[in-house]
Amino acid sequence: MSKAAANNGHDSRTWLRRAVMLPYVWLLLFFLAPFLIILKISFAEPVVAQPPFTALLEWGAQGFAGIRATFENYTFLFQDRYYGIIYLESLKMAAIGTVLCLLLGYPMAYFIARQPPRRRNIYLLMVILPFWISFLLRVYAWIGLLGNKGLINHFLMSIGLIHQPLPLLYNDFAVYLGIVYSYLPFMILPLYANLERLNLDLLDAAADLGAKRWESFVDVTLPLSRPGILGGCLLVFIPAVGEFTIPALLGGADTLMIGRVLWDEFFINRDWPVASAVSVVLLLLLIAPILWFQHIQNREQGAAS
Amino acid sequence: MSDPSPTPLVQIHEVSKLFNGVAAVDRVSLDIQRGELFAILGSSGCGKTTLLRMLAGFEQPTSGRIVIDGVDMTHVPPYERPVNMMFQSYALFPHMTVEQNVAYGLKKERAPAAEIKTRVAEMLALVKMETFASRKPDKLSGGQQQRVALARSLVKRPKLLLLDEPLAALDKKLREHTQFELANIQYQLGTTFVVVTHDQDEAMTLASRIAVMAEGRISQVGTPGEVYEYPVNRHVASFLGNINLIEGRVTGKDGNRVSLRCETLNADLSVLCEDAYDTGAPICVAVRPEKITISRTPPETNNRNVVKGIVRDLGYFGDSSLYRVKLQSGAIIQVSAQNLRRTAKLTVEWDDEVYLSWEVPSTILLRA
Repeated sequence: MSKAAANNGHDSRTWLRRAVMLPYVWLLLFFLAPFLIILKISFAEPVVAQPPFTALLEWGAQGFAGIRATFENYTFLFQDRYYGIIYLESLKMAAIGTVLCLLLGYPMAYFIARQPPRRRNIYLLMVILPFWISFLLRVYAWIGLLGNKGLINHFLMSIGLIHQPLPLLYNDFAVYLGIVYSYLPFMILPLYANLERLNLDLLDAAADLGAKRWESFVDVTLPLSRPGILGGCLLVFIPAVGEFTIPALLGGADTLMIGRVLWDEFFINRDWPVASAVSVVLLLLLIAPILWFQHIQNREQGAAS
Repeated sequence: MSDPSPTPLVQIHEVSKLFNGVAAVDRVSLDIQRGELFAILGSSGCGKTTLLRMLAGFEQPTSGRIVIDGVDMTHVPPYERPVNMMFQSYALFPHMTVEQNVAYGLKKERAPAAEIKTRVAEMLALVKMETFASRKPDKLSGGQQQRVALARSLVKRPKLLLLDEPLAALDKKLREHTQFELANIQYQLGTTFVVVTHDQDEAMTLASRIAVMAEGRISQVGTPGEVYEYPVNRHVASFLGNINLIEGRVTGKDGNRVSLRCETLNADLSVLCEDAYDTGAPICVAVRPEKITISRTPPETNNRNVVKGIVRDLGYFGDSSLYRVKLQSGAIIQVSAQNLRRTAKLTVEWDDEVYLSWEVPSTILLRA
């Protein structure tokens, strides 16, 4: 009886493990496999053919003849200053967008976390609500708002506040606006989850020991919300660096972001090997902040346990 | 120990606090003397924590005044009061070490670094936590966290220290130990302590005076002995310790002795009382289980109340025994008796017919 029960428990655990494994298998198949293909292409040479790159493994009459790989695509990326500038520009735009999201998102998350529980859910729903509409459509809608004949300029001109339309669209401003608008929920949600858990007795204790309200915020709330800040910043920064839609739709000709360069290399220059190299380097750039975040988290957990 | 100066340290005048129109604290007036270890005792929701939070400054009274050391503090924010609080959850800052936690209040005071260092060290020595100075709170046991919280709340040398259920989170053995330690520290420093608790034992052993609260009001204020032996009403009587409540009707008065007829006990009893009572008026008296003598032979009836019944339940604790005696009317009276003689055979057993008796002055008259 007890043996059967133990067996049963064992079985259900293996099943649970299998169920948990499934998403990992999924990720392995549909993330790692395409990545390996991209990695392979990045070592190839471009040719005018179908597919437009040389094969990695060469096959002669006697079978396997050798590996044909080149680092030329990478050296090209590093020699042409154009790419370096664009990488830096992408990082800069993503960083500024992230900071703007943080400055807007922190007070919002703080406000929601301090509401009575019933009202919190309404405010959270309002944060999540835009997700119900396609991302592309939402970004596209900004064109109608920001354009020279868009809603905003039209309104400002009709009330006589301005006589020339303001340059709101097709510039960096529009891209920042798009990034903040699209990624703000990703900043708010982890911050909210963190701030909502804050033990309010700690703020009373700080006040009791002589801290004014802003002091208890700086001394207690802010340091304790650091995991939420880091999490939110990563969730905004990482996708924003490689963002294509927002700069493509809202940015100007001089808005250089790596996502657009990737698109151009793939679909306009049809230089798949260089395009692949661009995306591999981008991935390496993004791994750095993730590892840094992991490092900080491990250190904090190490200090805690 | 107590200051001879006549003005109390804390004066609470007619303080009320309403939450959404409901009074959590209802017209409470209370004076707390310097150097006192004062306990506010009550069950959860009686308003004791709200009263404490108003003393700390976390809540503003809806009406009334709070004066601390002669200064009206009713609307002074917590960070400007000469008052510190030890929280029930301890509320230690998890991202700071023990030392940083204790130093925090002094840092906010902008005390010089050298002074902070010595005073923090003094406090940690007082609570015997010197060796844990560089630990984070989550590396400490509950008892250790409690000590750090105490040190942190005392380091600013407050005139008044508020303690919200200081021992509730500790296990029983540690609680008993800490209880005496807390009283010792209070005695050493001479700081006025106000302890809020729902635990009557804690209040009785710790406090020099107790205020018993119910439904936002103070029922009685007095020394532990006063509130235990001379409770003013049913709530105080039944909240502190065990008690037998007896309802009856006045049958006559002879000097300061009121006689009453109690139908539930089927007995005639007497109680001492100065007030005038009309014959036939309803009256409620009470008697503590340890004041009752249990015997199988009829006791002396001179100046004693006597009833008769059958032992229904018997709890033997070694040092004492608790009897539940059923009277002819069906009412149950609890009796607690010290086992003074060394004998394995109990003198009173289940189903024995017994006499219960107690001195007339031991009978408590409850007015409400």
